[in-house]
Amino acid sequence: MTMSVPARDSAKRRSMHALVALLALGVPSSAAAMLGGDATSVDVDRAQMASSLTVTPTDAGAVHELRLASGTVVREYAAPNGTVFAVAWEGPWLPDLRQLLGPYFQQYANAAQAKPRARGPLVIREPGLVVEIAGHMRAFVGRAYVPEMVPSGFRAETIR
Amino acid sequence: MRAPGRAIVPVVTLAALVCVTGCGSGGGGHHGTTAAPTATPRASATPIQPTPIATSSNVQPIAVDLGPTGDYTNGLFTSVTICMPGDDSRCQTIGGVLVDTGSIGLRILSSALSLSLPQQTTASGDPAAECVPFLDSLTWGSVRVADVELAGETASAIPIQVIGDPRFPNIPARCTSSGLPPADTVGTLRTNGILGVGVFREDCGPICESTGAENPGVYYACPASGCEQIAQPIASQLQNPVWKLPEDNDGVVIELPSIPASGSDGVSGSLILGIGTQSNNGLGAANIVTLSANGTFTTLFESQSVTVSFIDSGSNGIFFLNTAQTGLPICSGNKGFYCPPSPQTIATTLRGARGETVSATFTAANANALFDGNPNAVAFDDVAGPSPGIFDFGLAFFYGRRVFAAIEGQTTPAGAGPYVAY
Repeated sequence: MTMSVPARDSAKRRSMHALVALLALGVPSSAAAMLGGDATSVDVDRAQMASSLTVTPTDAGAVHELRLASGTVVREYAAPNGTVFAVAWEGPWLPDLRQLLGPYFQQYANAAQAKPRARGPLVIREPGLVVEIAGHMRAFVGRAYVPEMVPSGFRAETIR
Repeated sequence: MRAPGRAIVPVVTLAALVCVTGCGSGGGGHHGTTAAPTATPRASATPIQPTPIATSSNVQPIAVDLGPTGDYTNGLFTSVTICMPGDDSRCQTIGGVLVDTGSIGLRILSSALSLSLPQQTTASGDPAAECVPFLDSLTWGSVRVADVELAGETASAIPIQVIGDPRFPNIPARCTSSGLPPADTVGTLRTNGILGVGVFREDCGPICESTGAENPGVYYACPASGCEQIAQPIASQLQNPVWKLPEDNDGVVIELPSIPASGSDGVSGSLILGIGTQSNNGLGAANIVTLSANGTFTTLFESQSVTVSFIDSGSNGIFFLNTAQTGLPICSGNKGFYCPPSPQTIATTLRGARGETVSATFTAANANALFDGNPNAVAFDDVAGPSPGIFDFGLAFFYGRRVFAAIEGQTTPAGAGPYVAY
């Protein structure tokens, strides 16, 4: 949980943009998955959410970037074994976190409920789960990751 | 012991904010309780008066005080008068309402409301309700219609939200899919309401009119069978009261005096309606920062370019990035704020949507030292804290400035909004 090292440029050691345009006629299917899921095999029904998908291979696996019809961009970070160890989003409103966080949603929601409310940035750092939400009406950013699942050598602060 | 646990409640506006709870330096942040540390109401304070402005029909008094829970720091409050639509003989004035350029629309806590305002109904004839995320919590409640008076002017029959309306106690699943808890009491909302006077005409915009999957689930119809997400026409969404005024409707100016680095026990100022419409709201030499469709600009800080940035009176400090990116340590026991060993000058450049740049410099002092050393102060221009991934210039940035927020599509002497200027 400590974020060390200045974030920013890193992770792009290799940016081969393997672009996949999934046209979403409303029912496209995407191979992306929720946090903790398997990006290659879990065919979560993102159909209704995704309008396009870009996959960028990285040393640590791949980043699946979904552009939702709502204008929200969701990035899912998959490890070499296909497991999604992080998700990040940016958009005018929050994405469906129940879907995006999958099996981690309840832990997140419980932690959010337990915190004092201040209409301030939400920062949850627990064993096994980090969630951050910031921004304001019409401009939200956030990310969630499972520290134990982050591939070695990958810097969590580059998740965004 | 000086005010051990003074609660600086941060508040952010929809945006950002605050620390929350026990912000004293003492020990680890407790959570949970409403342990709002009671801040001793101070008795005599010496409020700093702003430069007198001729009383004009477009000046709404505002003040930084402890707020309705008695423990708020850097909370900008006002009193709003609301009336039954078309009937100015049945009105109620509600104090302790947060002035928020980071959100849109008036939201009043049900427990603070005595007027029985008419319920807005949907196209299908059902009562309308709304679910809005405010970062670490959400507001859920009915949409009702009211005349809203600001200064001497009235926004007639506009939709407002009644937060925590007991008539709709069950929050629908689509709303709770954010995982956020509701703030529906004065103890959790920490204000009696929120007056959202930001840069948009309505709170959600076209996306909430859509019937597809892109609809973010902000508006609901609530028949007896339960509340379901709906497509809400723009005109039926919560409206920025300012753009619905008969005049002075292109934006607002927030004017607060300078305060000492050690804080102030109370500050009063002006929320001036209109930009360039009267002698008291001209832009003068203010620098303009044009905004993206999302109401954001880019902040250049050291080698970083932070694309989600905004100026927000409802945030009670300046909240930006994290320790790894700023080098500023988090306070012990007060995790919502930064505690550098000595005050740090933070120099940034704001870059607007049209590429114009304006410098913005502020001080980030040790928040624990400020709070502990000035237990009676409620206003600070040098408190800052983390906010992952964004740059939020909150109320600390407003002191000693005139900050303008121009509304989208409205014509001002400097062109149409949205923009901010100072």
